[in-house]
Amino acid sequence: MKINKNIAVSDNGFIFNPLSGDSFSTNPIGQEVIRLMKEQKTKEEIVKLLAQKYNSEDSNIEKDLVDFFQMLLSYQLISEHE
Amino acid sequence: MSKRKVTVAVSGLNNIDSPGPGIPVIRGLKESSKFEVRIIGLSYENLEPGLYLHDLVDKSYSIPLPSSGMDSLLQRLAYINSIENLDVIIPNFDAELHSFIKLGPILKRDFGIASFMPDLETFESRHKSVLFEFGEKNEVKVPKSKMIFSPNEILAVGNSFGFPLVIKGKFYDASIAATPEQAINYFHKISAKWGLPIILQEFVSGNEVNVTAIGDGNGNCIGAVPMRKLYITDKGKAWAGISLLDDELIKITNRVIGNSKWRGGCELEFIKTNAGEYYLLEMNPRFPAWVYLAVACGQNHPEALVSMALGEEVKPFDTYQNGKLFVRYSFDQIVDLAEFEKISTLGEL
Repeated sequence: MKINKNIAVSDNGFIFNPLSGDSFSTNPIGQEVIRLMKEQKTKEEIVKLLAQKYNSEDSNIEKDLVDFFQMLLSYQLISEHE
Repeated sequence: MSKRKVTVAVSGLNNIDSPGPGIPVIRGLKESSKFEVRIIGLSYENLEPGLYLHDLVDKSYSIPLPSSGMDSLLQRLAYINSIENLDVIIPNFDAELHSFIKLGPILKRDFGIASFMPDLETFESRHKSVLFEFGEKNEVKVPKSKMIFSPNEILAVGNSFGFPLVIKGKFYDASIAATPEQAINYFHKISAKWGLPIILQEFVSGNEVNVTAIGDGNGNCIGAVPMRKLYITDKGKAWAGISLLDDELIKITNRVIGNSKWRGGCELEFIKTNAGEYYLLEMNPRFPAWVYLAVACGQNHPEALVSMALGEEVKPFDTYQNGKLFVRYSFDQIVDLAEFEKISTLGEL
């Protein structure tokens, strides 16, 4: 899972798309997901890591993660997701 | 390295809610690494804010409106030059450019004042009324448009282009009409302010993106910085904007500037559709009021223009910083009556 080329993400989770000029703020969980994406983690790996950390079912995490990816896709921050 | 001293006359000091480019151009020149610039402001109105910005404008003179004719403008410029010994003149109003382009060779020959503008043919080729043909010639998509002189023509054009329809003034102003009735209303409003003709343009849906650019007149684009407006005033002017990274837009700009052999500063206004296509809406024949963003992004277009006007070779800029914002602000300058009196009665300040 990769953030699109040229998308700038700050340590605080502030995202800037230089192609469109759009900028976004994410909450701490969003920041964590984006950090894991930048570390080249797969969707499955991100699900496992978050489920473990937040003591939740994989299926719950996966559902929320897919929603989040869908949002990133609609804002053209990722091209496609698995 | 010591800086070359130059005296540059600049118009467009109307830094108001619909600002002229004069003050941003001056800011760029004052920050030049090559030139030590003395700025001579040229004003049409006694309340143009730039007249009173003494840290940017060293001396100001009022000049006659374009409607007074070229002879009176030439006379006035000759007088100003006799005192200030001008090196370069940068006109910044659409409405005055025609006169300045015509006077350019005379100012150079008789007074040694340089300018850097397109020739009259190139200037006219990007006029709103012939923009579609300009687009075809320069391989850039342009919405269909038609120049009209009577509101009776609106319905036929509307039936052909469909509604909504964009109603545009000769030099400034544009409104989007959803119905023929609205279009007629805008026709009267805009023509009352800017005269005829009115241009009707096909509406293209998408995001507006603009480019400030400069060409050397030999087919080279010396610099280009794209920007998206983030905050728009009720007059449609950008109050805040951000520089974009858009290689496709830079490629199109290079093609337009290159093919048209554009000489001088300009602003290209585009719509980027959801499908990622770019449509050129307008090409303004001078720097935009947000040109200082280009300076802040690493491309000092006003400095490049002065260099080229003085016959220096300028290498094209190859980078700029994206993600840089400009945010305008309004500021109440306090002016002594004596200053207002001076510009009002003597035409100098």
